[in-house]
Formats: sequence, C-alpha cells, structure tokens
Amino acid sequence: MLIRRHPALLTALAILALFTLTVTLMSEAYGSGALATSTVKLLGKTLCLALAALAMDLVWGYAGILSLGHMAFFALGGYMIGQWLMYARTAEIVGRTLAAAPIPPTPAELRDGIAGQIFGVVGSADLPWSWSLAGSLPAQLVLVLAVPGLLALGFGWLAFRSRVNGVYLSILTQAMTLALALWLFQNDAGFRGNNGLSGLQNIPGQAHVPQSVIAVRFLWGSAFALACGFLLATWITGGKFGSVIRAIRDDETRVRFLGYPVETFKLAVFTLSAMICAVAGALYYPQAGIINPAEMMPIASIYLAVWVAIGGRGRIYGAVIGAIAVSLLSSWFTGGRAPDLRLGGYTVHWVDWWQVLLGLGFVAVTLFVPRGLSSIWDATAGLRHPARRGADLGPDAGALQEREAEA
Amino acid sequence: MRRLLTLLLTLLLAGPLAAQDLGTVLATHHAEITQPSRQTIGPVIEAVAKAGGAEVLAAWAERRLGVADDGRLAIVHEGGAEDALTGAPVAGKVKTLRPNSGVRSLIAAALVPAQLGDPDPATRAAALDAIARAPDAGQLAALRDAPADPDPALAARRDRLQRLLAIRFDPDPAARTAAIDSFGTDTGADFQAALNPLLATSRVAGPALPADANIARELTPGTDDLPAADAYRLLVEAGLVPARLTDAEQRAALTAHAKNGAVGGVPVAELSDPARRDAAYDALAAQGLVPAAATAAEADAALAAHRFADIYAEPDPAVTDAARGALRAMALREGAARTADMALDAISLASIYFLAAIGLAITFGVMGVINMAHGEFIMMGAYTGYVVQTLIANRTLSLIVALPAAFLVTALAGVVLYRLVIRRLARRPLETLLATFGVSIALQQIAKNIFGTQARPLTAPAWLEGSVGWGEAISISTIRVAILVLALLFLALFLVVMNRTRLGLQVRAVMQNPGMAASMGISPERIAMLTFGLGSGIAGIAGVAIGLFAKVTSELGNDYIVQSFMTVVVGGVGNIWGTLAGAALIGGLQKGIEVLNPGNTLAAQTFMILFIIVFIQFRPRGIIPQRGRAAAA
Repeated sequence: MLIRRHPALLTALAILALFTLTVTLMSEAYGSGALATSTVKLLGKTLCLALAALAMDLVWGYAGILSLGHMAFFALGGYMIGQWLMYARTAEIVGRTLAAAPIPPTPAELRDGIAGQIFGVVGSADLPWSWSLAGSLPAQLVLVLAVPGLLALGFGWLAFRSRVNGVYLSILTQAMTLALALWLFQNDAGFRGNNGLSGLQNIPGQAHVPQSVIAVRFLWGSAFALACGFLLATWITGGKFGSVIRAIRDDETRVRFLGYPVETFKLAVFTLSAMICAVAGALYYPQAGIINPAEMMPIASIYLAVWVAIGGRGRIYGAVIGAIAVSLLSSWFTGGRAPDLRLGGYTVHWVDWWQVLLGLGFVAVTLFVPRGLSSIWDATAGLRHPARRGADLGPDAGALQEREAEA
Repeated sequence: MRRLLTLLLTLLLAGPLAAQDLGTVLATHHAEITQPSRQTIGPVIEAVAKAGGAEVLAAWAERRLGVADDGRLAIVHEGGAEDALTGAPVAGKVKTLRPNSGVRSLIAAALVPAQLGDPDPATRAAALDAIARAPDAGQLAALRDAPADPDPALAARRDRLQRLLAIRFDPDPAARTAAIDSFGTDTGADFQAALNPLLATSRVAGPALPADANIARELTPGTDDLPAADAYRLLVEAGLVPARLTDAEQRAALTAHAKNGAVGGVPVAELSDPARRDAAYDALAAQGLVPAAATAAEADAALAAHRFADIYAEPDPAVTDAARGALRAMALREGAARTADMALDAISLASIYFLAAIGLAITFGVMGVINMAHGEFIMMGAYTGYVVQTLIANRTLSLIVALPAAFLVTALAGVVLYRLVIRRLARRPLETLLATFGVSIALQQIAKNIFGTQARPLTAPAWLEGSVGWGEAISISTIRVAILVLALLFLALFLVVMNRTRLGLQVRAVMQNPGMAASMGISPERIAMLTFGLGSGIAGIAGVAIGLFAKVTSELGNDYIVQSFMTVVVGGVGNIWGTLAGAALIGGLQKGIEVLNPGNTLAAQTFMILFIIVFIQFRPRGIIPQRGRAAAA
C-alpha cells in the first residue's frame, strides 16, 4: 500500500539492500576481503549518520523547526548503550579476576570492583545512581529511547508552549546541547567526564567473535534501522499528519486558526525525531568504539543541518543522500587520501582546505540550489518548479516564500 | 690560681665598673659558657645581659666568641681576635664556641630588651622582627618594660606586637580579651595568626565529657560533622571499644582459614553471600581462631553510650569567645570585600559580553538575521591586532593603530558578506543562519591555514599591565578596566549615532517598518548594508580587546559566540539597553554561580544556560522586547 503510493520507496530500499549485499560480499568476514574492516565500520557509521539526518529532516524539512541540538539526542543514545557495553564488559573482566581468588566474591565486591575499573580514571570508586541499570541490556535499550525522548519532550514542551520559534528556537536548542555537553564534561556528572565511555567496540559475551564479523553485523543492523526509518518517515509524512506538519512549516498561525493543536503536532514530531536520532546513535557508537561529550558540542548538530541542507531538505532521500555524500567526502578529504592540488606556486593540501571548501560549498548550495542534491533527481525525473522569484506566501515579512514552501 | 691572677690583672687594667661586673660574671660562669646546655644556660645569659655584656652575647650567638690558649674569652674578627673584656688583641689560636640553635635563640631573646632600648632605629626594628618571628612569653614583659620608642612608626609596631603577644601569652584572661578587642576591625594576617591557635580544638570521646573543659561544641555521631565510622574510630583509639572488622579483613581471615573447601563449616562456594560469610567468621571466632569482632548492633550501642565533643586547648571560655567573635567579624568583612571583588569581575565580564554582542544585536535587530560568522569577525579583529603588532614595534602606537584597522577590516568583511550572501537570502532567517555558519567554518579554517594552530600573543602596552585595587581582596586588572571603558565608549557612540544622526534615524525607520521607510526615500538595502558593516566593525574592535587578555587562536570566536547569542536573546533585540541588560544578567549570573560553586566553571556555564532556557519561558522576547510592527515578524 505504502509502496504503491510512494514508488520511490521501493527504489530506495532496493538500493540500500544492494549496497548492504555488496559490502558484505566484499568484506573480510563474509567475502573477498576487498574492503578493510575499518572501511566496513566507516560505511556502517555513515548509514547511522544518514538515519540521524533523516530524523533531522523530519523536524526541519517537514516541520520547519531548525533544531541545532539534535546531535545531543544522538550522543545520548550512544551514552545509554555505551553504559551497558562498558559495564557488562568490565563485569566480565572483573568477574574473571575475582573468580581466581580462593573465596568467591560477594555481589557488593563485584560491584565495587567494576566501579573501581570504570571510574578509576576520574578518581572515584562509587557507582553513580545513573548507572544502577547499566547491568541490564533490556533496561538500557529502553533508556536509549526513553532518555532522549523525555528530554525532547520536556524541552519541546517548554519551548513550543511559550511560542519560541524561528531563530530563537535554533539558538535555544544550541544552548541545550551545549549545556548537556558541559555538564557531561564534569568528572562528577557520573559519565567519566572528558574521558567518555571507551572500548565500546568490544561486545560483552562476544569476545570470541572477530571485529571483522562484528563490523558486518553492525552494518546490517544500521542498514535495517535506516530502512525502518525510511519506511516510518515515508508513512508519517505521506499521511494526514504529514500534511499538517508541512502546513505548520508554511504558516503556523493559519494552521492554529484552523483549529489544529499546533504545539502538540510540533512536540510529537520533535520527540519522534529525537528518538530516531537516539537509535542511530546507539548503533553508531559501538562501531566508533568511543564516545565523549565533545560529540554533542553545538558544532556537530550544525553539521547535521548542513548535511540535510546539501542533500535537499523536505525530502527523505535528500537528507539520506546529503549525509552519506558529505560525510564520506569529509572522511576522504580529511583522511589525507585525496590528491593534493597544484595551483601555480601553491599546493592545496586537502586536509587543510577541505573545511574551506565545505563551508563555501555549503554557502553556494544555500544560495543557488536551495533544494540541494535532490534537485538532480528532480531534473532527471523531469520535475520542474515554476520560477516565481520567491514571492511571499503570507502577508507579513516572516512568512516563508513559495520557493521554500513547496519543497 | 693563675687564671684568677690574670683575671685580677685584667680587672685592674680595665676601668669601667660594668666591665668589672661582666668580668666577674664571665669568670664565674666560664665553664657553662664554653659548654652550654639549653636547660641550664638561661640564668647565665640573663646575668651576662644584666652585666652589660650585649657585645659578648651577640658575638656568642654569631659563633664569634672563642677561648684563647690561656683560657680567656675572646671575640674573633676577620682580622684576628681581641679580648672579650678589654678589647686588647689576643695572640695565638682562638677556639670558637659553637652554641646550638636552642642556646642561640635564648641569647637572642636575652638581647631583645637591650636592643629595644638601643639608640639605633635599625637595631630596634631588627629586635621587633626577631620577636615577631619567634614570639614567646618572656618577650611580652620586655616589650612592656622597654622605654618608649621615639620613632612613631616603630612605636606603633611595638605596640601592635605587644598586643599580639598579650593575646597569646598574657596570664590574665581579661587582659587577653582586652587585647583582642583592641584590634577592632583589623584583618591583618598576623592578628589572624595570633587568634587561630586560641581556637585549636581536639576531638574527644568518652562516657561523659570532662566537666571543666572549654567545649567548642558537642557532636552527634552519624551527622556530616562526625560520620559514624569516624566516631567509632575515636572510641577505638581511646581504648573504649574493640575494633570493628572491615570487609577486607574478614575476607583475609576467611581465606587464611579455608580448609578442605570449607571455612568454619561453611562451604567456600556459599561464601559469595555476605550472611554466610558472617556465619563462617562467627564459627571461627567461636573456635578461638580469630578475634571476636563487634557487630553492627554493638557498634551502634557503643556510639549511643558515649559522648563526643570538640574541646578547645584554651581553658578560658571568655578568651575563646572573644577570639571567635573577632574571627567571625573578620570573615564577614572579608566576605564583603570578596563580594565587591566578584561584582567588579562580573561587571568586567558583562562589558566583554556587551562588546562582543553589540554588533550581533545591531544586525539581528535591524535585519532579523543571526550572523553565525560573528565570532569569526571577533577572531579576525584579534588577528588584525596581532598583524599590526608585528608591523609596529611600539605597543601603545600599535594598539592605537590596531583598533581602527580592526574596525575597517571586519566592517569591510561584513559588507562583503552582506552583499554576497545575506542580501540574497533576505527574509529567510534560518537559511541565513546556516549560510553564515558555512562562512564561519571557512573563515576559521582559513585563519588556521594562515596563522597556524598555535596561539598568537597580542601583548598589551606596559601601562595596561598590572591591576587596580582597593585593599587586599578587591582588585581588577587594568586591561579589564580599559575594556569596561571601551564598552562604555561604544555604548555612548551607539546612542549618539542612533539618536542624533541622520543614519541613526534611517536605521530606526528601517527597523520599525522597512516598507514605509522605503517609500519615504530611504534605501533599506543600503541601510542594512551599513548597519551590517557597523556591527561587524564593532566585533573587530571587541576582538582586539579580547585578544589583549585571551590567547588569539582561530577558535577564539567559538568561546564568545554562544554567550553573545544568549546576551542578545535574553536582552531582547533591537534595543541597546536590552543588550546591556542581557550582558549584565549573563555576566553577573555566571560569576554568581561560580562563587556559589567555586572551581567549577563547567557547572557554572551549565546552570547559566539552563537558567536562560527557563528565562525564555517567561520572557520569550527578552528583557526589553521589541515593539511595533517589526515585532510581529
């Protein structure tokens, strides 16, 4: 039913499946070994970033809320799963050490041993209350969704209720992620300060499984999550709910006057998108291996917005394409593998100049190709948008322009 | 006998009466002087000092007094030696005496009364120094008995020293409290040092508290002041109760007695349960293999049966009360001084935020766009200052050149940014925000490519170094005063431009209603460009100011951009007083939280941001909201 209404969905899912199959067949674990394990991990992480971008597109491209703090939810998801990974893994190691002693350890001794191992680096030996559920995988999986979801719910309720919108809301979300990052940077916040959580690539109970296999499994997981996210986003935006949130984006006051509870719609889409972001983060950080509060500094969230904008906001595949293209290009250029460019007397080292290229390229995309990379798809599909030179949709200066609104 | 003869001879030869007495004293105590002991030498030194042997004592203390071959005491000089009594040269070898430090301090103390009456002010000052360094009870009398000092400064010092010694050593409690009261509002470190020992306490525990003790306060075990574990340790140290068994000791004892897979009849496999461990230990204790340990209930009973208190070493409550009162008053005055100092810091921080945010506020107010590259304009201004400084060696001159240069460079950059980017994105505030962010990352990386990643110094001229201060606790560095002046200057300049010039009139018109302004012949685009240039230029000047006290790096702007946003958002757009109020609120708040939670600036910033998020709930448009049609946008 969904596919009949959105034929592009089938193409997207097919491409994703083909991609996953190709990478699997080229991996070291299940195939020819043409792709190194680190590359497989990079591709898996990129799929997670694409999922985060998709969530960002839901709030920004469809609901018109430019959140500059979405990576906070992403990193929080990572922290929640990281707690279990680190706790369970340390428990294995400590348990093995203590089992060698002549007397079996009491549960309290085991706990103290784990706490000492995890929090020794920040000069503490007590397990903070926030870690009381860390030993249980189901509990932490629930927290992956619950903690970012509740944060988004609380923050969104406060912000939307008092009609904070536009630039103010963007700055406020940025403040939120900065406050969270600064709080986590403290050693006594209970999340190991700027050390963050590490060793996340070691899956508890899977010590015998080589990293190459784990990398491919996480790639499958990430691809599956992205496919689910794609389906969910298409279903939501394709229905009545989608029409309402697009209407809110284009003229919030008018929708309110028509009798829709604007705040509830905004809150719902904001919270949902935060939870999708958290899932992406929970899949991302076990592949990255380490998470620290620097990951949720405001700059990360702005990059997320940049990906969506370059890919083309207001369309789901646009966000996904943007995230994949920009993050892969980024790691190619900054990885030092891009050939240097000789310009007369000056050699351009891409490691130094990639940021400049990205920044200026982004400005150019915003100025000249507001629909981003997805306008290429539009062109191939023969979609033409009437050039109305961007007249106002609404009567006042704050109303969006047609050029944005129809996207 | 022969020695006595020589002595008589010398006595006859040497005329003065005092010398005769000194000679007798020296002769009587010859053995004790050559072989001094700290316990017995006191009276001897006193006798020598009374006989007027200050010179001998001084030489003795400095290890220049010696015994000649014939037994005479001689004072050794660089050139040779002379007789201690007559001053006649002494031939032959002189063996110098080496009194230990205890004896030397006694000699020094004995010298004090004489030195206090010395005609030379330097000697009297040195004597006071010696007392202040090592005060003791004996010197109090010397200070009181010595003749009045003619020099008023030294007299005041002596009086102060005498009162300080009275606080510590006077036998009469009333005199001590009077001495404490005589200091009034003094906060000197020496006064504090005299008071603190009076309030030294020791912690005691017992079935009952000693009746005659001067009790500072009674403690209840299990509170923050006295955790139950500490209280129990006190009882153990006092020998009142047996020691408790720690988990580690229990574990060690069980491990030591593990036999055939069981301890005290309990299988080892069951020992992961704490209750089974206790059972096993009790079984071992019953067999007499390990000492019995107090159980938790016994420990609690012991704590309940005993009393705990801090007791002053000083027995008189009147003295301790006076000392505590004086210290409390001192702490209060210091707290007031610190508050004043903190307020100065907060004002200084607020002026920095104001300077950084004013440009942002102008552009946001006039065009409703947030310029994310604003922080990079600050950075650009700081680097301009650095470049100017490398070109002009004279620091004062370079600073004078750097301020307008930074303004020009960043204003030009602002105009270029406006023409190329912002104008094309008119009325799309969110896209402007993101596009200027793109500019921001490009500018940051370009700065990094040109100037490198290490911090560049922007040195202030010598007359801006140092600090201005009042009293001990209140001080502020001159640079920060200069920044405050700069901020006030810009506030005045802004007010004049906005309210008294044609440009200001046009800017206000465009801000309130662009359409109407345009139909009156004002070009909104030109005005927007000019205000954008003005705002960017002020950012450049803020950059020079910030660079003077912070290191100039390509990430300089990042540190100030979020605070600048907060300032604008909290203050309200389009009104300079709003920006001022926002800067004052944020600067004051940040300092205030830092004081409540010292040493933790991270927490301070977190709480500040949380406060702002909540604040926005109640004043969504800032402290001074924009009015008129523009507000609806």
